[in-house]
Amino acid sequence: MIEVRNLVKRYGSTVAVDDVTFDVPKGEVVGFLGPNGAGKTTTMRIVTCYLPADAGRVTVDGYDSFEHSMDVRRRIGYLPESAPLYQDMGVIEYLRFVAGMRGIPSGERDGRVRRMVEICALGPMLQKDIGQLSKGYRQRVGLAATLIHDPEVLVLDEPTSGLDPNQIMEIRELIRQIGREKTIILSTHILPEVEATCSRVIVINEGRIVADGTTEELTRMSAGRATTVLSVRASAAAAEPKLRGVEGIESVRLLEDGTPGASRWEVVSPSNADIGAKLFHLAVESGWVLTEMHTASLSLEQVFLELTKGEKRP
Amino acid sequence: MTTITGPTATGTAIRTTGITLTTVRTIAGKEFRSYFQSPIAYIFITAFLVLTHFFFFRGFFLVNQATMREFFGLIPVVFLFFVPALTMRLWAEERKLGTTELLLTFPVEDWEAVLGKFVAALGFLAAALACTLPLTLTVVILGRPDGGAIVGGYLGSLLLGGTYMAMGLWLSSVTSNQIVAFILALFGSFALFMIGEPIVLSAIPQVLGLRSFCAYMSVGYHFDSLGRGVVDLRDVLYYLSVIAFFLFLNVRSIESRKWS
Repeated sequence: MIEVRNLVKRYGSTVAVDDVTFDVPKGEVVGFLGPNGAGKTTTMRIVTCYLPADAGRVTVDGYDSFEHSMDVRRRIGYLPESAPLYQDMGVIEYLRFVAGMRGIPSGERDGRVRRMVEICALGPMLQKDIGQLSKGYRQRVGLAATLIHDPEVLVLDEPTSGLDPNQIMEIRELIRQIGREKTIILSTHILPEVEATCSRVIVINEGRIVADGTTEELTRMSAGRATTVLSVRASAAAAEPKLRGVEGIESVRLLEDGTPGASRWEVVSPSNADIGAKLFHLAVESGWVLTEMHTASLSLEQVFLELTKGEKRP
Repeated sequence: MTTITGPTATGTAIRTTGITLTTVRTIAGKEFRSYFQSPIAYIFITAFLVLTHFFFFRGFFLVNQATMREFFGLIPVVFLFFVPALTMRLWAEERKLGTTELLLTFPVEDWEAVLGKFVAALGFLAAALACTLPLTLTVVILGRPDGGAIVGGYLGSLLLGGTYMAMGLWLSSVTSNQIVAFILALFGSFALFMIGEPIVLSAIPQVLGLRSFCAYMSVGYHFDSLGRGVVDLRDVLYYLSVIAFFLFLNVRSIESRKWS
């Protein structure tokens, strides 16, 4: 449904999107995952014809986003980041306006608006201006507007950012329902969101795709490796070189060193390296008091951290 | 939505023109209604009517002539302040709220969005002018005014207002601050008005026809001849081309997001 080929976008001398290629087949919900400034929003803006690419191409349902921009736009419902809306319009009035912009005949507009109000549960808010709504309701109005022309493709930029946990659950549930019949790209930097709503994840960092697969595949990337958290009564400066010296350890990350003379670490190692015993012996030899140690297999979150750290380009 | 079979040249062309008028109309309708959703419309019309009526009737009975020249003479100056107030919001607010990203990802060409906003503001100005019809009626009842001059005056007011408006709309798109947009539009319109005023013209040397060029480029010069009831195509053409020029600048400045 969506094909993105070798997409490049520069802002002055910085490269925001660097040779990005991916496909989204019909009916799939794809999570676009990456830290802030990774190029998620820029990619979405190119897909939705808001910005042109410097190189590469995007096609939606076979239509080129540059040459057949209008055909692409008709097929897409786009919710920009933080759901910008006309604050002084009423909910119904706004949805009617969007229906008009989407070329829905005036006779059908009211029916569509009513259905959107139902789907997005906007009933109690119909008398209010958008500016008076809570953030959660505003997000729902934004979603209702993106759905009103029954688009085949939805592009949602951080649909749950700035919401409280209850609202996040509601919006996620809504996206899950909608996702049964539509092709969706949604961006986020929150991992549980991807696990909860998406069938596939594209991890992007510094404008490049660093991973592309189902959530299971990504978690499997961590297969055979484990992460160990340990706290010792030793200063960070003293402990780090010794930890790095332990055989079999792949990476060492300082979690906290708030109290003087104590530090908390996370180390990643092959799961068969018997790392617990090695760390215990290290602590004994160095005379550190060991106050915490537990081992688990890598979560999606750690896979993400692994993928998006390091390899900083100048 | 479902009738499209493929991106054939004729198919898309027909569809695009079909959608065009709808989107321009939808945007214009939305912007026009939004004037009345805030107190702006009412304050604007009230202030406009009070000011013009006050200054007009102050001299009207003293001069004791059934003419509206005095009234139309006020228009270029009064519009200097009123038209920027109508246009300042149109793009600056979209930029501030981030709604340009919504508006310009609808199936709408950039120029359609510009045109829709322009039509809305012009429609509102026409409505404000229509509210002065009782004044015209008063003059008609009291004497025998020159009908051609009145029609020409209203036409000129609309064209002159449209010119200020096209400039104000463009300047509204270069900032996200409405006050800045207002002040820029005020100065821009003021410049366009002043270059034709005698006090400025007398300071411009008459070399290479510079002085007459400046006079010709000013909005007031053409307004005066329309106000005499002479609807000269050259005057109308002047206004229409200046309007088109600023609307073009507006489209370019909306497009400029694509060049960064």
